[in-house]
Amino acid sequence: MLATSRNFTAAAQAGLANDNLQRALGLARTGFPLRRRLAVERLPEFEALREAGRAIKDHTLQYLDFYIEFYESQVVASGGKVHWARTPAEACAAVLQICRSVGAKIVTKGKSMVAEEIGLNDFLEANGITPVETDLGEYIIQLRHEPPSHIIAPAIHLVKEQVAETFRAEHRSLDAGRPLIEPRQMCDEARAMLRPRFLAADVGITGANFLVAETGSSIVVTNEGNGDLTQVLPRVHIVVTSIEKVVPTFEDAATLLRLLARSATGQEFSTYTTISTGPRREADLDGPEEYHVVLLDNGRSGMIGTDFQDMLRCIRCSACMSHCPVYAAVGGHAYGWVYPGPMGAVLTPGLIGIEEAGHLPNASTFCGRCESVCPVKIPLPKMMRHWREREHAKKLSPTVYRKGLSVWAWVARRPALYHALAGTAARALGWAGQGHGRFRALPLAAGWTTVRDMPSPEGRSFHSLWAQYKKRGSAR
Amino acid sequence: MHVALFVTCLVDLFRPTVGFAAIKLLEQAGCRVEVPRGQTCCGQPAYNSGDQANAKAIALQVFDAFAGYDSVVAPSGSCAGMLRVHYPELFANDPENLPRAQELAERSWELISFLTDVCCVEGVAAHWERRVTYHDACSGLRELGIKRQPRQLLASVSGLSLDEAPGAEVCCGFGGTFCIKYPEISDKMVTDKAADIVATDADAVLAGDLGCLLNIAGKLCRQGQQIEARHVAEVLAGMTAEVAPIGAPR
Repeated sequence: MLATSRNFTAAAQAGLANDNLQRALGLARTGFPLRRRLAVERLPEFEALREAGRAIKDHTLQYLDFYIEFYESQVVASGGKVHWARTPAEACAAVLQICRSVGAKIVTKGKSMVAEEIGLNDFLEANGITPVETDLGEYIIQLRHEPPSHIIAPAIHLVKEQVAETFRAEHRSLDAGRPLIEPRQMCDEARAMLRPRFLAADVGITGANFLVAETGSSIVVTNEGNGDLTQVLPRVHIVVTSIEKVVPTFEDAATLLRLLARSATGQEFSTYTTISTGPRREADLDGPEEYHVVLLDNGRSGMIGTDFQDMLRCIRCSACMSHCPVYAAVGGHAYGWVYPGPMGAVLTPGLIGIEEAGHLPNASTFCGRCESVCPVKIPLPKMMRHWREREHAKKLSPTVYRKGLSVWAWVARRPALYHALAGTAARALGWAGQGHGRFRALPLAAGWTTVRDMPSPEGRSFHSLWAQYKKRGSAR
Repeated sequence: MHVALFVTCLVDLFRPTVGFAAIKLLEQAGCRVEVPRGQTCCGQPAYNSGDQANAKAIALQVFDAFAGYDSVVAPSGSCAGMLRVHYPELFANDPENLPRAQELAERSWELISFLTDVCCVEGVAAHWERRVTYHDACSGLRELGIKRQPRQLLASVSGLSLDEAPGAEVCCGFGGTFCIKYPEISDKMVTDKAADIVATDADAVLAGDLGCLLNIAGKLCRQGQQIEARHVAEVLAGMTAEVAPIGAPR
């Protein structure tokens, strides 16, 4: 997927000015956090589970080379095949080669963020193959030619009226006078449109939430059952996923699944948890004839052993973005690539470079809500700060900002000078602001005063008052 | 107990009354308070901008200025979080200075949590006839676990009642340099925060961090709301009569 993260500021402003987006985000802002909180309150051992989840992922990442190769050997042993892809181009090529080998015309797709990452839909279409998204949200945004704006709720930036509009425009074979008011009606319509596609597809592509090394299995969770139809009905099942999804055992996956659904949607378990191990065996009633796993690296292995290794613990639950006040203000598209919100602010610079994605780790107040809800305790603010350190070292931040910072720091390292300047500033601003108690505009502070008043200082710095108090025994 | 007050740069410049309120509360709790002259700022602007060299230089200055005191107390969860949590991270790969960072971290506190958790203060003798709502500043809440402490002490203020806002734990959009770098996003966040406060029946909003308070008060003033903003220490020390609310005419 082409990154537009450099345009974050403009895209954020567009998001803030988009009434439909703001309406949609307003509903999401309270919904996800409330459901997660209730689910966590019902599970007394949730904190212990978070610690266990963190430990599983840390252990796996420490021995990732071993587990990922063992995983491959188990996929092969169960009759499947693993295709290693260093880059999005290699991953797309691997998928195309499989599709061509069976003469595929239509492929159905379960939701996969890695497929978004490699730009798979555009690539397949350019090569004469029709990809059909089967997750309701993904289906809607595919019709609208938009990227997802959230990793588990890809169409969360839309309100239902926009969905109805899109369905009327795209489902032209249906009666123009049909009612499309309630979500149920739209859901039924999408279901009716998708059903024949499921049956017509030659290849089904899904993502994976976890890869289990001990058995070579992939696990995918959905709430719509579309993942099952995608992977069971066509002759060929391709799992498009990335290397850090591997865990050693089913027991480990079970622990992480308990964290995943609660953190994502507040469910105890997702409606469908589907485990795939190799192609159909002789005695199986159904299942694909071929089972392929396209395993993407795309910069992940380069994060191992760096300040950003902990990011690879991420299980893509989306709790961080669902709890992020910046995400809630601007929506997911502003982030300009596949992964929005706090996890995107850390992962995106790791995968596409800090030069392209420099805004993302900067557009945070470090409020820490993301880290506090992360099911695998990823220190997201700390890693955003590490990206800022890289930026600072490479002098990528704006010159005027770096200059201002270094002048301030030079003064802050000289307490006597600092106190003299602070004392003068407090007097000057306090005198100028005494009438109203606040400033509606201040030179050099337009970023502040265009949107809010600047409260006036009291008029004396604390340190000058304190020095006076120590000398005369009275502060005022 | 011999306590050094970490004034914080915002209190020093904008609201010295908070510093005097902190000293009064600490003295009431039996502490002997000093204000080391060698302090300026905790270094967060540099640290959060990725400028480790200046952040470390300022931290070393703090180590020197605050050496020898039993405790270091700041009327800010943000600055106290810098001393308690972030200095040890800043010096994690510096074996020479890490022990100093850890030693300072262990004896550094945010004012209200120090009063309740260390000095075992259960109440104050203040009176303030207001219905208030409390904004949980992010660093204090999530880095230092400060939630119950200010509410416990506010409950002892006669005449005061608390009306909780549903979004009390949501960031106000200040974020240090964030509010200057991304003013539109910050504006949206503080507008939501102001709406959340206005929706309560409170006639005052309190918090333990002056950064958030300047932001929230600035927004409430711009909107023409009649809700006063104050640092919680002013209320607990009974010093509300000595200074106008933040952003209000003197």
